[in-house]
Amino acid sequence: MRSERHGSPSQPWTKPNGCRLLDLSPDEWIAIRLSLRIAVVATLVALPFGVAMAWLLARKSFWGKTLLNGLVHLPLVLPPVVTGYLLLISFGRRGLLGAFLADHLGIVLSFRWTGAALACGIMGFPLMVRPIRLAIEAIDARLEEAAATLGANRIWVFLTVTLPLALPGLIAGVVLCFAKALGEFGATITFVANIPGETQTISAAIYTFTQVPNGDAAAGRLVLVAIAISLAALIAAEWLSRRAGMRFHGE
Amino acid sequence: MLGVDVEKRLGDFSLSARFQSGSGVTGVFGPSGAGKTTLVNMIAGLVAPDRGEITIDQTVLFDAARRINLPPHGRRIGYVFQEGRLFPHLSVKHNLDYGRRMCGLPPDAAQMARIVSLLDIGGLLERRPGKLSGGERQRIAIGRALLMRPRLLLLDEPLASLDVARKREILPYLERLRDEVGVPMVYVSHHAAELRRIATSVVRLAAGKVEAAGGKELLDAADADAIL
Repeated sequence: MRSERHGSPSQPWTKPNGCRLLDLSPDEWIAIRLSLRIAVVATLVALPFGVAMAWLLARKSFWGKTLLNGLVHLPLVLPPVVTGYLLLISFGRRGLLGAFLADHLGIVLSFRWTGAALACGIMGFPLMVRPIRLAIEAIDARLEEAAATLGANRIWVFLTVTLPLALPGLIAGVVLCFAKALGEFGATITFVANIPGETQTISAAIYTFTQVPNGDAAAGRLVLVAIAISLAALIAAEWLSRRAGMRFHGE
Repeated sequence: MLGVDVEKRLGDFSLSARFQSGSGVTGVFGPSGAGKTTLVNMIAGLVAPDRGEITIDQTVLFDAARRINLPPHGRRIGYVFQEGRLFPHLSVKHNLDYGRRMCGLPPDAAQMARIVSLLDIGGLLERRPGKLSGGERQRIAIGRALLMRPRLLLLDEPLASLDVARKREILPYLERLRDEVGVPMVYVSHHAAELRRIATSVVRLAAGKVEAAGGKELLDAADADAIL
């Protein structure tokens, strides 16, 4: 019944061997793959901006810094629906930015998975910036001075001293952003709706299954998958930052 | 030849220093708070003077009138800090090699071997700074500054964070440095005895002013301490 509604359920590439393990339907696999793709893209695209923003907030003082800091953290405290709606009116086809991107660059975000990635990236951004900023603030700026006296210009100081020393915070920021992006629901569904195969992530699929009769089993399977992915990300982050931390304190 | 003629205000404190130093070791001597560290930071480019100029040989490092202020990475001045400031995420070998790489110099195994043996740090190369003793750390900081082939070496109280035994361990290396390496040095200390061993000329600083400049006789007996 679901597959009739959601269309094209039987493409061969949607059926990896793992299907049997949890007995996931092709639709569920599509939602999982889509969620992972959206979360990975959102995190990777947000990363350079997050690092730059964290560095700016940690190391520079300028007019309007408090306001900028507030703006970065706004998605954390605003109702996600509000963030999604703001994205819709600015990045929608008729929105100011959306029209520009569509007409001049051919990029359409509304009701596309790329739009979901944008929404997830913005929602995850404050969670990414914060640990990186704290890590940069904790670095002894005198080490950066020492690097400068040894001939390193600002970019090399950042790449060879600041960034490696902030690595544990960077890992934490990446994982938090990824986890947020994976589970984001409100802003995404408001901005790009809930289109199977295009914008229906694990969260949206679970929500859909809870709204239809006999959807409990499918929702339950996706819940297990969501728990597994989140746990794996947390364990990987713990392991990576312990390794990174070890490098600084000893052999 | 280093030429310094600078003025700097920092809150209530004002520093005004004028001196020249040639080859050998110029000891900058004075009590805590005399402005010694601010002075070497200005030579290194970490602090900008309000007025004046700093030159080294024919190169102008700073000239307020002509609005010249070379950034630290453009000065080629080695700096050994009081606390070493080794990079904790790099091995000793990579710490030593950092300046050479950042200055874009070709690898020079002979120079590396010479400095490593001069400072006796051959056994430490694969280790990380985290587990080194204070004396070992300072020797590596000296090697790191030397291997960038600086035109001047600044040492800011390089022994201050060490206990007496460690000081005795490092001083002979500094003397060998002075006698064998031929890089001019500016050596900051508030210990007359330390400077008496290492310096070839002395600039005496007090309350932000150069009191006197000349030979080691400026380290009069009253300033001597029993530590060394």
